[in-house]
Amino acid sequence: MISAFIFRALKGHIVVTVAVILAFAVLVPASNLLLAPDHALHIPTYVMSLMGKYLCYALLALALDLVWGYCGILSLGHGAFFALGGYAMGMYLMRQIGSRGVYGNADLPDFMVFLNWKELPWFWYGFDMFPFAMLMVLFVPGLLAFVFGWFAFRSRVNGVYLSIITQAMTYALMLAFFRNDMGFGGNNGLTDYKEIVGFSVQGGGTRAVLFAMSALMLALCLLIASAIVNSKFGKVLVGVRDAESRVRFLGFRVENIKLFTFVVSAMFAGIAGALFVPQVGIINPGEFAPANSIEVVVWTAVGGRGTLIGPIIGAVLVNAGKSYFTGAFPELWLFALGGLFIAVTLFLPKGIVGTIQSGFTGRKAMRAAADAEKGRGDVTAVAQAAE
Amino acid sequence: MNTIAETRSKSLLYLEDVSVSFDGFKALNSLSFVVEPGELRAIIGPNGAGKTTMMDIITGKTRPDTGKVLFEDEIDLTRKDEADIAQLGIGRKFQKPTVFESHTVWDNLELALNRPRGVFSTLFYKLSAEDTARIEEILDTIRMSHRKNELAANLSHGQKQWLEIGMLLAQEPKLLLVDEPVAGMTDAETAETAVLLREIAKSRSVVVVEHDMGFIRELGVKVTCLAEGSVLAEGSIDFVSSDPKVIENYLGR
Repeated sequence: MISAFIFRALKGHIVVTVAVILAFAVLVPASNLLLAPDHALHIPTYVMSLMGKYLCYALLALALDLVWGYCGILSLGHGAFFALGGYAMGMYLMRQIGSRGVYGNADLPDFMVFLNWKELPWFWYGFDMFPFAMLMVLFVPGLLAFVFGWFAFRSRVNGVYLSIITQAMTYALMLAFFRNDMGFGGNNGLTDYKEIVGFSVQGGGTRAVLFAMSALMLALCLLIASAIVNSKFGKVLVGVRDAESRVRFLGFRVENIKLFTFVVSAMFAGIAGALFVPQVGIINPGEFAPANSIEVVVWTAVGGRGTLIGPIIGAVLVNAGKSYFTGAFPELWLFALGGLFIAVTLFLPKGIVGTIQSGFTGRKAMRAAADAEKGRGDVTAVAQAAE
Repeated sequence: MNTIAETRSKSLLYLEDVSVSFDGFKALNSLSFVVEPGELRAIIGPNGAGKTTMMDIITGKTRPDTGKVLFEDEIDLTRKDEADIAQLGIGRKFQKPTVFESHTVWDNLELALNRPRGVFSTLFYKLSAEDTARIEEILDTIRMSHRKNELAANLSHGQKQWLEIGMLLAQEPKLLLVDEPVAGMTDAETAETAVLLREIAKSRSVVVVEHDMGFIRELGVKVTCLAEGSVLAEGSIDFVSSDPKVIENYLGR
């Protein structure tokens, strides 16, 4: 049963993508650590961390694709789950600073000492333990998604209304996290990390491992997502996207289907956030900004929603473009991003990968049709290619 | 005329005094209606007579203001939602053909198949030989075996209607509600649909809402005429179509 579930994930193009990601996981850190800095193929640490950041964004876009591309839920608040995962990791990293902070207080992070707090708030308990913190990386975004989805999907909030309340959710969280008395470092967020599981956060080896972990988690989540969308459940998901009432009248509980997908997706986003924070070195309430969540939508649309691979490519391409543009023509980036979104909507509504895929199947169908006309091949080939 | 007690002892679907109003407009006005097991019934009536609203109430989409809606004499449908009612064994075909366009014909039927519908049972579902056989059988019934791998989006309007009927069959309902199955069909398709529905009605109850009088004549079944939210006349097609009230309200002189 389980093996069939996993086996279904292994569609050709997914296997290739996973292999490419895993090759990155090995080759990039190897080039960074083993090759001399003046070697032509040497990847400097800052570039590797930048690429690690892209991989985290790719995982976030993959998470969005699962709910938007397959289930039709356009979440404009996925940045919130990303940021919560990031905060869970940030809290762990803050607790690892110990007495090496500016105030030298072994029990309290610097910002609490600064605010004159006498003891650790209850919700910081346990975050000095790595396994607990990692559990929270999954649990906190998952819980928020569960509670939010429980109410939203049960009351059948759909379409643009749902998008608006997801946007409101991340905005409300941003305002809350900006407050100092929330106990998450307020405006400045959590930063100045020293160690992660005993290794220096700045160390080259740690950076390499973090990059490899980002790639591994992306590959793992891609496999899970692929197993989900290729199961019968995945077909139901697409059914919910295309004809929700039909699914309901067939006897499926649409609210449970959406809730499950939303929670899984939120957990993916949480993992992405947790890997993002140690590589960037800071998490602050700015990560909850509504604009961030909307950017994720742009990456996903550019790459091609409902393709799983598209969002990964979209996230990497758009962010690489962003890094280049903000360096070369800083004032032009937002125009480029806006123009890109308009261009994709007008000329590539299926995104990069979606367009390539439909091009392939279209040509296959044409070839099969031509064969059938000449008397070669059979009708089923035409039908199969049309799939 | 049957007494209420007599009728109730053998009804599959039982509606009594059902009323519902939207913003003051009485869509249904103390409607009473009974379907017996194995019955094929046609419903006619002018626009706004409450035909679709009645189906909405039976399938749990709309809650009635007052009245009783019972399935198999004891299950109160007004307390259940769409998914519950579908699982009880009531299938519904919409006016506009509603199939999963980005799935193949086969996948459409696989999704409709009457199997556990929970999140985890669908995640780990594996197509068994038995299910394959059942899907093949339905493909035969709706005459679409040769197009099973085609995307539903590529089907003609009439074929989509049949596919949707096939999906309802896969659901194995005891009662099938069919809303205007031949709207937009050619004459040949209409005739074939009548044959299909009669075949389906052999093993279950079917309620068909239709405007096409020729089609209803072809079905040759008991007809209920609704107007302004209640039953105007009930009986054979000749009886109903000669009723002066029906002529005035619906057929026209």
